[in-house]
Amino acid sequence: MDFDLTPEELAFSREVQGFIAEHLPSSEERSKTGGTFLSEWWRLIREKRWVGFDWPKEFGGGGGTVMQQYILKREMLSARAPALGRDYTGLGWVGPAIIQFGNDEQRARYLPDILDSKSAWCTGYSEPGVGSDLASLTCRAVRDGDDYVVNGQKTWTSMAHFGTGLICMVRTDPSAPKHDGISCLLIDLASPGIEVQPIESFAGDHFAHLYNDVFFCDVRVPVTNRVGSEGQGWEILCSALQRERSGIAEVNRHHEALERLFKLAEGSLIAGQPALENGQLRRKLAAFDARIEAARLNGLRSLTRQVRGEDTQSDASINKLHNCDLLVEMAETGLQLLGGASPYVGDSDASLYKGRWQIGALGWPTTVIGGGTPNVQKNIIAERMLGLPKD
Amino acid sequence: MNFGFTEEQNRLRNEFRRFLDERSPMAEVRRIAETGPGYSHDLWQEMGRLGWLGLTVPEAYGGSGLAWIDLVILLEETGRSLLPSPLIGHVLATNAILEAGSEEQKQRWLPDLALGRRIGSVALVEEDDVHSSAAIRLEGRPTGAGWLLSGKKCSVADPEAADLFVVAFRSGQAPEEVGMAVIDADAPGVDPRAYAMIDATKRMGLLNLSEVQVVPDAVLSETRSPANAIDRLLDAGALAVAAEMGGSVDEALRITVEYAKQRIQFDRPIGQYQGVKHPLAEMYVDAESFKSLVYYAAWCFDNRGEELSRYVSLAKAYATEAFVRTGVDSVQIHGAVGFTTAQDIQLYFKRSKWARPMFGDAEAHYERVVAERGF
Repeated sequence: MDFDLTPEELAFSREVQGFIAEHLPSSEERSKTGGTFLSEWWRLIREKRWVGFDWPKEFGGGGGTVMQQYILKREMLSARAPALGRDYTGLGWVGPAIIQFGNDEQRARYLPDILDSKSAWCTGYSEPGVGSDLASLTCRAVRDGDDYVVNGQKTWTSMAHFGTGLICMVRTDPSAPKHDGISCLLIDLASPGIEVQPIESFAGDHFAHLYNDVFFCDVRVPVTNRVGSEGQGWEILCSALQRERSGIAEVNRHHEALERLFKLAEGSLIAGQPALENGQLRRKLAAFDARIEAARLNGLRSLTRQVRGEDTQSDASINKLHNCDLLVEMAETGLQLLGGASPYVGDSDASLYKGRWQIGALGWPTTVIGGGTPNVQKNIIAERMLGLPKD
Repeated sequence: MNFGFTEEQNRLRNEFRRFLDERSPMAEVRRIAETGPGYSHDLWQEMGRLGWLGLTVPEAYGGSGLAWIDLVILLEETGRSLLPSPLIGHVLATNAILEAGSEEQKQRWLPDLALGRRIGSVALVEEDDVHSSAAIRLEGRPTGAGWLLSGKKCSVADPEAADLFVVAFRSGQAPEEVGMAVIDADAPGVDPRAYAMIDATKRMGLLNLSEVQVVPDAVLSETRSPANAIDRLLDAGALAVAAEMGGSVDEALRITVEYAKQRIQFDRPIGQYQGVKHPLAEMYVDAESFKSLVYYAAWCFDNRGEELSRYVSLAKAYATEAFVRTGVDSVQIHGAVGFTTAQDIQLYFKRSKWARPMFGDAEAHYERVVAERGF
């Protein structure tokens, strides 16, 4: 056990810091140049091979070690640098699925655009009536010559209104047991027969349009767009979900949220008394601190397990549970501290701090429900780590 | 950077576990808990011979020269097996002498302690239960030849088993005017007493001192700041307790999971119901999480002293909340039999009651976390 960086790790960390110092403009300059800056930034980090840094070099990635990936992410987050590439979903799980389960032709066709921030992949798993029990999905793909013909609906598809492609789980064999009849298709969102409609979330105007229903009416998808073999969809899906649930980014976000909560508390009252003299609040804030630090250190333990090739299958679920609790409870504490101003949204005479706290307090389902609810994570832990029987 | 145990440490853990499984199975724990001294003298001697009682003592003083993270492994295993022994007070007394004693004092006490020939304990906390050097009131009156100590210490581990106590006393009015002295249990004016407890596998009680003579070379003064040394010792105590709690929670969870797999109700193992499996999953998440804090705090103890108090507090506070919840939930999942002495789970439930206030409860440690952030 040693939390100091090795000389090689330290050298890499200095390299990243040096790059940031040289190429990352201040936030004021960035807001002035806007989009121009972002495309220049993505070009520069692409040259460094830090886009898709975790991907193998032979597929255009950076081939970074687990530790280097961690260091790169950590330095970029602490400098508040923009994302490491535009296509978050493509880099996060679509590209890796193509690398792991796809063929050379698919790798050549899709991977460069993901790395060059040209594509914008979306995820098509959920359907109306199919949430936690994903394996019962019904969106149908029927083979017709060299194509599949897709009919049905996907829902909760983030950013489909800006998307270029969809990684889509479809039922190819209705007679097989439910986990075995699913296949994975890569669908061009510009295909004829696709209709995208926005979903109105209760967070309303104060939360950007994010989710969509996607309808398929006789959409023709070439068989060459199938990732893996027919019936391999469930395996691909599980592997992709695990990638979606893990990540160290949240811890930084929680650290910042806790700092903001302390600041908010400094100017707030509880029952007419200074909030920071309230023992219950002090305890609550410290308990957040403990859970954030525990999540950070759990992440480092998981990293070491990854380096050693040990089992990490429940780590993402543990991470997600902490992440969800913190997100919801910290946002609620923010509203508690706002007191009588807490029910107002937006920037008005009645609201405080431009209504920013309300955004988090309304927007949590994005993170908490997306990628598997906390109850699903608890089932995963109970069954995989504790060996308890399935429901 | 790496946050995992080495091969050597995994071997060490297996060695501890095998030894405790063989020599101190639950039947033996229950038997020893009912005896007067509350520990097995033979087992203690053997642990001394194996080098486990002076794990962090340098080899030059008869110890094994290992780090606190290795000691955490031992404590997790004694916590898992509920070993009744004076180990925690002993390692703290040893650590106090190691860090604050002169060369001569280290030569005098450490080899006997490391080999288990003498048992040490610490007497730091008083009736207000505040875990801080500034709160120490026990009077030290200067005499021509040293100090006369008078007063009462609380939460003293193994008062009747210990041969010597490291006692914190007040030497002046300013908050930092405190000292540590090593006193013999059989010196005139020393009155150590153990009392009945919820958890019979632990022995705790009071230490009353009445004009106890302390000669100058029994005062641990080889430190720039005795106050800092005492605060660090209190942190070491909270860390040691939290480490034992990690092993105890793991085992309470294991026992309860096994029960939930076997107990059939409504034609199914109860572990199949989410009302049972979800609390068990939560126990697992909490145990893994507070152990991460414990391991990091243990690393800080040897490598990053300036971060020690923060991470000790986060670890002990989280561990306390988790263990108390685990104790109640695991008995409840056992149903009515969980209330019987026949089941082992009750022993872990009772251990959680011992661990809660020891070296500071969750409230005290959370409060310190906020205070150290400057609020």
